[in-house]
Amino acid sequence: MMTELRGLYTLWLREIKRFVRDRTRLISSFFQPLLWLVIFGVGFGARFTLPGLSYQQYLFPGIVGQTLLFTSLFMGISVIWDREFGFMKEILVSPVSRFSIFLGKMFGDSTDALMQGTIVFAFGLLLGIPVDPLTFFASLPIMLLITFGLVSLGLTIASFMGSLESFGAVQTFVNLPLFFLSGALFPLSGSGIPDWLRIASMFNPLTYGVDALRSVILGAAWVPLQPLYVNLAVVCVFDAVMIGVGTWAFTRMK
Amino acid sequence: MLNREAEQMSHVIETHKLTKAFNSFRAVDALDITVEHREIFGLLGPNGAGKTTTISMLCTILRPTFGSAKVNGFDIVKEAHKVRKSIGIVFQDPSIDDRLTGRENLYMHANLYGVPASEQKERIAEILKLIELEDRADDLLRTYSGGMRRRLELGRGLIHYPKVLFLDEPTLGLDPQTRDHIWKYIRELKEAQDITVVLTTHYMDEADKLSDRIAIMDHGKIIVLDTPPSLKETLEGDVVMVKAANVEVLSELVGKWLGLEKKRVVDGVLEITVRNGKAVMPRIMELASQNNVYVESLLLREPNLEDVFLHYTGRTIREDSTRELYGMSAAQRRAIR
Ligand SMILES: Nc1ncnc2c1ncn2[C@@H]1O[C@H](COP(=O)(O)OP(=O)(O)O)[C@@H](O)[C@H]1O
Ligand SMILES: [Mg+2]
Repeated sequence: MMTELRGLYTLWLREIKRFVRDRTRLISSFFQPLLWLVIFGVGFGARFTLPGLSYQQYLFPGIVGQTLLFTSLFMGISVIWDREFGFMKEILVSPVSRFSIFLGKMFGDSTDALMQGTIVFAFGLLLGIPVDPLTFFASLPIMLLITFGLVSLGLTIASFMGSLESFGAVQTFVNLPLFFLSGALFPLSGSGIPDWLRIASMFNPLTYGVDALRSVILGAAWVPLQPLYVNLAVVCVFDAVMIGVGTWAFTRMK
Repeated sequence: MLNREAEQMSHVIETHKLTKAFNSFRAVDALDITVEHREIFGLLGPNGAGKTTTISMLCTILRPTFGSAKVNGFDIVKEAHKVRKSIGIVFQDPSIDDRLTGRENLYMHANLYGVPASEQKERIAEILKLIELEDRADDLLRTYSGGMRRRLELGRGLIHYPKVLFLDEPTLGLDPQTRDHIWKYIRELKEAQDITVVLTTHYMDEADKLSDRIAIMDHGKIIVLDTPPSLKETLEGDVVMVKAANVEVLSELVGKWLGLEKKRVVDGVLEITVRNGKAVMPRIMELASQNNVYVESLLLREPNLEDVFLHYTGRTIREDSTRELYGMSAAQRRAIR
C-alpha cells in the first residue's frame, strides 16, 4: 500500500516538474484564453446582453472551462510522448499497479491543467471581471473535479493512439463539440436555441461543469441550469466512469 | 522429491519449453535454460534471434504462448508481481526521462520499486558513485552523452537491490571506448554485488569478454550452451588465415582438393577451421602455387566465437543486419553520438 502511494506520488511529481520546466508550453497556454476573452468577448459582447451581466462576465467562466477542457485533453500527449521515448516501459514494468500508475499520471496532469485554469483567473482580474479571493478558492475544487474526467478521457484516447498525428486528429474531433455544446459561449437556456442543441448539450459533462463554475463565480447574477449539487454530482459520476475506463485502458497497454 | 525441489530452487532462472509465438511465427521456440547464482549468462545471437522476446517474457512484459519459467523461484505468469520486484532491467532502447535530472530519474525509480524513503538518499549516492556520475547528477538528462545515459540506466536498474539484472544489448550503438567503459561496470558489478546477470548481445567480443556461460541463439532456439573456452575447444583445432590475391578461387581449391569445408572469407582473408593447422599450412601453400594463386600471408590463430557461431549455424553474424533503434529513440541516440 505504501509502495503504491509512493509510486503514485512520484508519477504525480514528475508530471508537474515536466510541465513547469516546459516554458514554451506555459507561455503559449496564456495566449488562447486571452484571445477569447479580449477579442471574442469584446467583439461579440457589443451585440450581446444579459440582464445584469456583461458578455465578458458571462464568458469568463466559460473560458475557464474551455481552458480546462483543452489542456486536460491535450495532456494525453504525455502518454504518446512517454511511449515514443521509451520511458513508458520503465513505468509499466515496475511493481506499481496500473491503477496507481493511471492515477499518478491523472492527478499530475490535472494539477497542470488546474495551473492553467488559475492563469485564466489572473487574466479575469486584469480585464476587470470581479473575482474576489473567496470565489477563486471556491472555484478550485470545481475546476479540479472538471479536470479529472477530462484528463482521464485524454489519457484513454492517447493510450489507443499510435502516433502524435492520430492523437491530434482525434483530439480536435472531441475538443470542439464538447466546447461548443457546453454553453461556454452562449446561454443554452436562451430563446431561439433549438431543442436538438439543448438536448445534445445535456449529454456533455462540460455543460454541468461550466454551469457550476458560473454559479460560483457570477453568484446571484446567474440563474443556473441545474442546482449546484446536481451539477457537481454529474461531474463526479463522469470522473468516476472515466477513471474506470482509463485504468482499464492502461491495464491493456503493453 | 525434496531433493529435486531444492535443486530447482538453486537455479536463479529456469525455463521449461518457454515459447512465444506471434501469430504462427515462433520468435522463441521451446527454450530450456537454467541460469545459476552469481553468473553472467550471455544470450548471443543475430538480430531477430529472439533474445529480446526471451527477456521480455522473463521480465513479465510478455506472456508466454506456451511453457513456463521461474525467476528467483517465482513463476513469471502466476507471480509476476514478485518477479518484478526482484529484477532489474536495462532495456534495449533508451527508457529514461530526459527532462528530468539524473538524480530525479533515480529517485523516481526508487519510489516505483518501493525502496524505503529513509534509505533512498544513501543508496542513490552509492549508485551515482558506482556509475561515476556524481558530478553530473543534477544536470538534465538531455545534456548527457549516449554512454552516460546508458550508465544511468544501468545504475537505475540496481537501485532496488535486484537479485537478477537483465541487460538487453547494453552497448548497442555505442562507440568502442564507451563500450569498454560499460563492460568495466558490468564486471565490477559482478565482483561487488550479490547479483546474477543475464545479458543479450549480438557482439561476439562482448559475449566473450563478459559471460561465464554463453547460449548461442538462432531462430528462437538455443543451438549450443557452454563456457566461452569450451565453446572454442569444441572446434578442436585452429583457424588458418590466408591472404591471397584471389581468395575465392583459393577457397574453391582447398574445398575440392583438401576437403576443407569450414571456411569463410572475411575482408579478403580466407579463414579455414582445421584440426591441425601446422600440418595443413604447407599443403595450402603447395596447392596455391600449383594453381598460380599468389599468397601474400599465411597465419594461424585460435578459434574465436565468430568461428563457433559459423560452425553451429553455417552463417556469420553480420554487422549490417543490426536492427536500427525505432522512431524517436533512434533520433535521440543518433543526436547524441
Ligand atoms: N510484437 C511482435 N510482433 C510480431 N513479431 C515480433 C514482435 N516482436 C518481435 N517479433 C519478431 O520476433 C523475432 C525475434 O525478435 P527479437 O526477440 O526482438 O529478436 P532479437 O532481440 O534477438 O533481435 C523477430 O523476427 C521479430 O521480428
Ligand atoms: Mg533485441
